[in-house]
Formats: sequence, structure tokens, C-alpha cells
Amino acid sequence: MAAVSASELRRTSLFDQHVAAGAKLVPFAGWEMPVQYVGVGDEHRATRESCGIFDVSHMGEIRTSGPDAERYLQHLLSNDVTKIAVGGAQYSVLCREDGGVLDDLFTYRLGADDYLTVTNAANHEQDLAWFLAHAGGFDVTVTDAAADYAMLAVQGPLARELVQAISDGPLPERFVAGEHQLLGHTVLVCGTGYTGEDGVELLCPPDAAPAIWDDLVRRGATPVGLAARDTLRLEVCYHLYGNDLMVTRGPIEAGLGWACKEDTGSIGAEAVRAVREAGPAEKLVAFTVDSGIARQGNPVVGGGEVTSGTMSPSLGVGIGMAYVPADQSAPGTALTIDVRGRERQATVAEKPLYRK
Amino acid sequence: MADASYPDDLLYHPEHDWVRFEGDIATLGITWYAQDALGEVVFFDPPEIGAAVVAGESYTEVESVKAVSDVVAPVSGEIIEVNDELGSDPAAINDDPYGGGWMVKVRVSDASEKDALLDAATYESSLA
Repeated sequence: MAAVSASELRRTSLFDQHVAAGAKLVPFAGWEMPVQYVGVGDEHRATRESCGIFDVSHMGEIRTSGPDAERYLQHLLSNDVTKIAVGGAQYSVLCREDGGVLDDLFTYRLGADDYLTVTNAANHEQDLAWFLAHAGGFDVTVTDAAADYAMLAVQGPLARELVQAISDGPLPERFVAGEHQLLGHTVLVCGTGYTGEDGVELLCPPDAAPAIWDDLVRRGATPVGLAARDTLRLEVCYHLYGNDLMVTRGPIEAGLGWACKEDTGSIGAEAVRAVREAGPAEKLVAFTVDSGIARQGNPVVGGGEVTSGTMSPSLGVGIGMAYVPADQSAPGTALTIDVRGRERQATVAEKPLYRK
Repeated sequence: MADASYPDDLLYHPEHDWVRFEGDIATLGITWYAQDALGEVVFFDPPEIGAAVVAGESYTEVESVKAVSDVVAPVSGEIIEVNDELGSDPAAINDDPYGGGWMVKVRVSDASEKDALLDAATYESSLA
């Protein structure tokens, strides 16, 4: 990766909160982001046992509105957009014609003809260009809304209780979104997350984020950095674009067939259908390592590669995900992984790796 | 995690390793600076007793959640003892880098290599 000087990095509206909390800040997708505060293990456990708060303002947003908004998004996104009720949320992938994955996305339906799609930071500009390039013939307005929102994730068994205490009404259930007043600020509260815990994600004006962050931390939420965000999501086998999803592989290989509804005729649907019908040559599996840690890029002996790997704070063993030949993908299958020249034994495991 | 410290009775290698000499036996580990840069150590792969180590070259790896780091030998010799406790408690490398976080003991093969190492003040000033 090319070196980027600190002056070129963007900062979220919570930068001062991170510095005050003693964060170690690192460059991430063009942003200066907190990788950890007190320590990965403690932050991970706080999220599993009580409540973690994450600054994910680096993620992008694309707003789609107009009479053809539903029909247009149905053309772009892999899932069946007509199934999203007003106030609902849906996960999908953005595919090229050949089925290669450009990004994975959450889309919230704010109104009958009004949608907000959350993008990965590193893909935002490319996604926006893709959205705009395919808007011809649709009566829609596609807007880059990334600068309009800060995004906080509040996750863990106590997350809802803490956010409820500052909300003007009952919080939305899982996969539902709704506007609420939090400390006098209008916030889109979404029953979504990336940790395997219950909780919410908050989309708010950037200048409202510091007050909300400070108040939730005062109420007991633990600031959690990107390093623990990664261990939390990998324990529950959520995909990370750039690791487990890439343009050279499709959603079926990635185990995301549940988010693809080929009958909608979206871009890439025919390629996805062909792979689904023929069966994928390789599949993304979860694994545990007998001893040690396998990491992204480590080859699987006999074919395949590790796309994510870490030490699981909850399980105390090396865990990860890897693309392997389909006939090696059943849980219980023994894998040998080449970890920097040393062969380590691993076992394909059921997803998720961690359950409550 | 312990506060930053660089004990005067140790010698240091610029790759952030320390060595304690007792006769021709050297105890090796990584410095406070190294463990702080690495973050919480979650895996230590003990090298084998009897293996040769070469000054300036890696003899094992330590892993934090995010990264793998080579551990460089400050002196050459043969490994005669490894800290097996680190297998079950790698966090000792963070908590007590100069005590419970020691990694291996080596029978030194070339005592003159000692002359190339840094004292605590020189090493610490190199970190600024």
C-alpha cells in the first residue's frame, strides 16, 4: 500500500473523543481511525458481556430517491428490494455482470421512494460511480450522502438499554430502522450491527455525534476500535470486503446465496444463477486452527486460501475463513494451512464459530 | 500493561530485543517498546531446544491480534531453555517483558558480539 501522510487522511467528527480516550490511531481506507483504545481483548469482551461503542463514520452512504427508486435498486442490488417495507433494512451484494462482488451493502428504506445504502469506506467512490453509471432510464436522484452522516455502532447485551435511556421512543427491532430524537438530535436508529450481539447502529449529523458518544460512554459503553471490530465479526463469520469478498469471486462461493434473488433480474443475476445451479468450485468456510494463527493470504495445501484469520478472544484459538475446493468444505474436514512455510492443521467448522 | 522501562542491567539490540548475561548464558526477550508497538501478544511459538540462533536473525515469532513479528537474536548460540509458560500465557510478554516475558536462554558462542549491543541509555535515546 502506498504511504499516505497524516495530513491527507480524513478524520471523523469523533476524532477528539478518540484522542481523549487514548486511542491508537491508524490509517484505514483513507481515514485516520482508532484501531484500539485500552486493548483488543478487553474491548472485545466488553462488547460480548456489556456494551461496546464503535465509530464507523468512515462508512459511506448513498441516497436514492424518486418514483423509480425501488425499480432502480432492484436492478443494482442482488436481494429482492421489493421486500423492504418502509422502515426496513436489507443486506445485499453489488455485483458486476460476471457476478463478481463489488461491495456488500445494507439498504434502509426511509420512505416509499427514499432509500439509504451504506457502503464500505474503501469502496464508496467506486460504488457511487457504479450507481450513477446505471441510473440512465430511471427517474431517480442518486446522491452522495457520506458527508451528511456520522455512524456509531452500539453493540452488546446492554446496548439497547443504554440507547433507550436517551431515546424519545421505543428502539426499532432487529433489521428495522426508524428516526428518533436522541439528546435532542434527529438520529436514524437501525437494529443492525457487525458483532453478533444485539444492538443498534446510529446514523446522525456529524456535529451531533460527539454529544451522543460522550453520553453513552458516561452511561457505561466501552469505546471499541477496529481491531476488536474485526475479531468480533470474524467470530460470527460476517464477511469483510477486501478480505472475504472480492471482485474475482461471486456471492455463491462466499455463502451469500441467501442474499441473492436471481429472479429479480439484477445485474449479475444470470452469472450468479449459473454458479448456483452448477454448484461453486470453491466455498468460503470457517475454520479453527489446532495451534497458532493462520492469516489472510496463507495458502491452503491442496488449493484455496485464507481470507481472514485471527486469534479468537472468546474461544482462545486461532480462527478464520478460507476459500477451499467445494469437496473440502464440509464441517469436520481437516485442512492443512501453509503459515509462512510451516504447515498448521486446521478443521472446517460450522458457522458461526462463536455462539452465545 | 507495565509502564515504559529499560533496565540498566540489560543490553539491547536495535531491533528491540534485550539480553541478560550470566556467564556464557544469555536470556533473551523483547523490549517494552516492542511489546507496546505490537499490542496484546496472543500467540508465542516456542523454538526448539538445541536450535541455533544467529545474531541479527529471527529465531521465533510473536503474534498480536493484528500482526506477526519476527524476534531477532541479539547474540549467536544454542537454545538451551525456552519459556514454556508463554505458550499458555503469551500476555506475560506485555505484562512483564523483562521478567515473566523472557523467551529463551542461549549458550553464547561468540562473547565478542556483546560489544555490538547497546546500553539502556543508548537504546532508549534511539527510540526518540
